[in-house]
Amino acid sequence: MAKNTLATVFLLLVTTTLVHAEPEMADTMRSNGKIYVVVAVLATIFAGIFAYLVMLDRKISKIEKNK
Amino acid sequence: MRSWWWKILGAVLTGYTIVGGLLLPVPHLDILNETIRNLYFHVPMWFTMIVLFACAFYYSIKYLRTSDLRDDIFATQYTNTGIFFSILGMLTGMEWAKFTWGEWWSNDPKQLGTAMCMLIYFAYGILRSGIKDEEKRAKISAVYNVFAFAMMIPLIFILPRMVDSLHPGNGGNPAFAKYDLDKYMRMVFYVAVPGWILMGVWIATLKIRPELVILEKENADLYDFEKNIK
Repeated sequence: MAKNTLATVFLLLVTTTLVHAEPEMADTMRSNGKIYVVVAVLATIFAGIFAYLVMLDRKISKIEKNK
Repeated sequence: MRSWWWKILGAVLTGYTIVGGLLLPVPHLDILNETIRNLYFHVPMWFTMIVLFACAFYYSIKYLRTSDLRDDIFATQYTNTGIFFSILGMLTGMEWAKFTWGEWWSNDPKQLGTAMCMLIYFAYGILRSGIKDEEKRAKISAVYNVFAFAMMIPLIFILPRMVDSLHPGNGGNPAFAKYDLDKYMRMVFYVAVPGWILMGVWIATLKIRPELVILEKENADLYDFEKNIK
């Protein structure tokens, strides 16, 4: 019985310290440097969309001139 | 190409948001954790939608004054692009809500308000497709658009603020104050909003210009005559 109570108290202590700990953030990911890969991928996609919009814009400009 | 500078500016600002939004430090908060970065991407969708609907509102009133079908094209395409951004805003909001509030949809007053606003604007498209006559379609949908914009303001800005809500800035909370305290978040968020607005307007103009070419070709006599007078 006493063993169980001790275990419960210990568990409660652990959980409360966990709750009061700093909110979990992706700091390790950042320190590993891998987040830059994600940034690069997103930047590539956005650059692609931008290039597509520019092409579309130029095409429309050409049509506007030829009409 | 009439002017490039604002399109490039929009792309540079948005590109900076993607890089800065992921790399710059954010406040460490419970529940939100890293999802706080969604603020840079989810909220600008709504700002862009509001600006595009405001443009549509302006051109709808202009159409009612001028009866020029070109203004009708502006109003329609600004509305369509606004609806596109509202869908993006709704989807990103639901994704964010699932992992912070626990449910995709929790009947939050702001969720309900924006959903109603979106339905009102969806009906705009249905209304237009139901009328064959061009002039009649333009006139009726312009009147409807003015009412839709007038409905959007209480649905998005007023009603959600009068009741308790999961969204920050509602139920008596000052909008954004919690986040705006952080200078890094301000550095990204205040850039993201104009960046996405410029991108949204650009996309809308890409839809407007071909429509204008078609209209002016179909009514060549009228518009050539107009040009000759000028």
